[in-house]
Amino acid sequence: MKALMFGWEFPPHILGGLGTASYGLTKGMWENGDMDITFVIPKPWGDEPKDFARIIGANSTPVAWRDVNMDYVQSRIGNVMDPQFYFDLRNHIYGDFNYMSTNDLGCIEFSGRYPENLLEEINNYSIVAGVIARTVDCDVIHSHDWLTYPAGIHAKQVTGKPLVIHVHATDFDRSRGNVNPTVFSIEKDGMNNADHIITVSNLTRRTVIEKYGISPDKVTTVHNAVEPLNEELLNLEAPPGKTSKVITFLGRITMQKGPEYFVEAAAQVLHKVNNAQFVMAGSGDMMDKMIRLAAKRDIADRFHFTGFLKGKQVYEMLAASDVYIMPSVSEPFGISPLEAMQMGVPSIISKQSGCAEILDNVIKIDYWDTNAMADAIYSIIKYPAMYNELREQGLAEVNQITWDKAGAKVINLYRNLINR
Amino acid sequence: MKAICFYFQIHQPFRLKHYRFFDIGNDHYYYDDFADDDIITRIAQRSYLPANQMLLDMIKENGKKFKVAFSISGTALEQLEQYVPEFIDSMKELAATGCVEFLSETYAHSLSSLYDPDEFVAQVKAHDAKIFQLFGQKPKVFRNTELIYDDDIASMVYAMGFKAAITADAKHVLGWRSPNFLYSSASAPKLKLLLKNGKLSDDISFRFSNPEWASYPLTADKYIHWINELPQEEQLINLFMNYDAFGELQPRESGIFEFMKALPRFAAEKDIQFWTPSEVVSKFKPVAELAVPYPMSWTDEARDTSAWLGNTLQQEAVKKLYSIGERVRLCTDRRIKQDWNYLQGSDHFFYMSTKHNDDGSVHSHYSPYDSPYTAFTNYMNVLSDFMIRVEEQYPASIDNEELNSLLLTIRNQEQEIEKLHREVEMMRNNIVKDTTGDFPIDEPEPAPVETPKPAEPESKPAAKKKAPAKKPAAKKAPAKKTETKKAATKKAPAKK
Repeated sequence: MKALMFGWEFPPHILGGLGTASYGLTKGMWENGDMDITFVIPKPWGDEPKDFARIIGANSTPVAWRDVNMDYVQSRIGNVMDPQFYFDLRNHIYGDFNYMSTNDLGCIEFSGRYPENLLEEINNYSIVAGVIARTVDCDVIHSHDWLTYPAGIHAKQVTGKPLVIHVHATDFDRSRGNVNPTVFSIEKDGMNNADHIITVSNLTRRTVIEKYGISPDKVTTVHNAVEPLNEELLNLEAPPGKTSKVITFLGRITMQKGPEYFVEAAAQVLHKVNNAQFVMAGSGDMMDKMIRLAAKRDIADRFHFTGFLKGKQVYEMLAASDVYIMPSVSEPFGISPLEAMQMGVPSIISKQSGCAEILDNVIKIDYWDTNAMADAIYSIIKYPAMYNELREQGLAEVNQITWDKAGAKVINLYRNLINR
Repeated sequence: MKAICFYFQIHQPFRLKHYRFFDIGNDHYYYDDFADDDIITRIAQRSYLPANQMLLDMIKENGKKFKVAFSISGTALEQLEQYVPEFIDSMKELAATGCVEFLSETYAHSLSSLYDPDEFVAQVKAHDAKIFQLFGQKPKVFRNTELIYDDDIASMVYAMGFKAAITADAKHVLGWRSPNFLYSSASAPKLKLLLKNGKLSDDISFRFSNPEWASYPLTADKYIHWINELPQEEQLINLFMNYDAFGELQPRESGIFEFMKALPRFAAEKDIQFWTPSEVVSKFKPVAELAVPYPMSWTDEARDTSAWLGNTLQQEAVKKLYSIGERVRLCTDRRIKQDWNYLQGSDHFFYMSTKHNDDGSVHSHYSPYDSPYTAFTNYMNVLSDFMIRVEEQYPASIDNEELNSLLLTIRNQEQEIEKLHREVEMMRNNIVKDTTGDFPIDEPEPAPVETPKPAEPESKPAAKKKAPAKKPAAKKAPAKKTETKKAATKKAPAKK
């Protein structure tokens, strides 16, 4: 089966959870066998893994005819794409886009990030999608998150193939209710035009049904999974000489992640327990406010801010942690507690997170219930059996949550759509 | 001829209130009285009381041919006495018919049989005393918490003088053998074993009102027919269930009470009788010995102890609890003793189970907590506070043996002082006689004590008698009293 996927991020150059999830799902589907996946991203860097999907860069797809030869193309974009494919694409230019700003190859430039002119980039992406859809043969079209919905709709109109959209988050999660009308209309349009909608949790599924007014039989939940960690990360150890218990919050310090509840719970625990330290790792617009709050609660001596952590630093932080907390106010899925569990760190998550639907061996609390959060922290750092049970059972559980199972569900969904 | 042996379990735990880590060391009251009151009152109204009335009617109708056995945990009895005293009266009425046998068990419905033999014996004694106090029976047959049983427990039970025990029909123990016989224990061959007939018991307690069950609806006629159809030599059918099967698990409108009432009539037609466990033991002979090296129970699919001790949380909590058992038994504080009992209830550990299959739903059905982790946290917080209190009584730095000998010394001295007190009192009386009567001081016993200060004791009794008149003398009296006491105690060792 051939699938044409539109995404915005792909590892190793990722900005958030979307890239990780797109990658995991693609790989998981490929592991099921008999899948031929073409994955379009705005701006490939050339070091993306290519063994289970063909990567096409929107910024190397021509929308305007340029008379260039093979060698020139090879020298310009040979690192990200087969030059011959450039000419295939060039043969399918369907309109005159010379009025747009294009480069020497007739391609539109993309930042591949989330710039100020994001809406313009989304529109350009959908123009490019028209060329790709005319070139690449496919059975089904799959769009990851709202940025790529217009591209998916365009491709569907060109090819007449069924469109699946994958809702990794909605604007209701990102804005805590203050929805941006433009974003909402793009999302709604994508959902209306889709033949089927995949959501990453039942929480998101309910949002799609209730807030966007979509018929429930069109929406299916496929929970995210995690990639197994490599040996190097798994063997990371806590720094020697660590004497106190470390409780960690890891993520963007924004309203959506509920950092203030973490500080309040920390204040309760620290007033009763001496040998504990709280760490807030990450950065965000609420960071200064949190520093002030910690000082006001008189716990600043044992409450630390690390700033933004990247790559291996994240896992080093987890290796040094005794408890991981994600008190998100609204989290479509939330992959980071699964990563903490992979590192053997007992986790406390809010019931308002999508991943709470599939995890049993974690402690689930309401994000606002700082008393319950403090109780749970105290229990894990004081009672060894609690720590060990959560650690062992959590590891066993998270190792069962693999992308190939999620992939199989998506493939099955494709089949139903194609045979309809 | 066949015999049906009915036995019903009544148990309620003392549920813990939400106990935060801030409360440790500050708040020493652990129980959710509202929930306990609410639950036991509801179950009693819906199940226990109507079921008791049903049994009473059945016994009256059938001329005392209908007999049953009960095991009621000490904690349940306490709650019933407090919240539903009419149930105790109704139970006494049943007991008075002579058709009801009470079984022995651990007072707190505890797991002490697996962890703490001394505690086990103490609790069984406490429970039997409670049963005797309320219902005037001395239990002769033993049944452990949730029918937990193995060879070690058998030995302990036999050593306490019981002639039989009741247990479950775990497949991994019985194998091809039928539960419809009387067995005896491999470790204590004189201890007889009654095994639950799982299928027929659960037909009543779990499947009776299930319309998807192939044999639905179950009638007394059909049920007795099944029993009658069993092979000729299988004469004993043990039907063991929770008492709340009547009215609670199987609601009144399912017809469960009418079903029960109809049983004796159909049973009589087929010459099937109703016996108590004691009767069974005296009338049947055991067919074989049953070796049970690992503990079994009647709970969960596995029929073992994994419902309470299946994960590390449960094991840790139980271990912590029983690690202070010896210490608590040394304590005399009544509230510590009481909390000790309540904290041992097996239910607390049942709530901590992390099973996720069908068993898991049973666990969460009974649990007041939303997750096993919360159950553990709450219990451990309470236990931490409890351990602090025990520690305050006797610091952990003194080991048990040392403490024991110290306590013994104190107790001996107490007795000694008591004895000497009495002696002094007696002597004083003698002296009173002396002064009022005209006897000279010629008694041999009090002589050595009195000789040093013969004048002082004389004024004392006088002061007692004429207190209103001679005030200054009365004031002096206490000082003199202590003097004589001291003199007495000082001399005590010399006497020995």
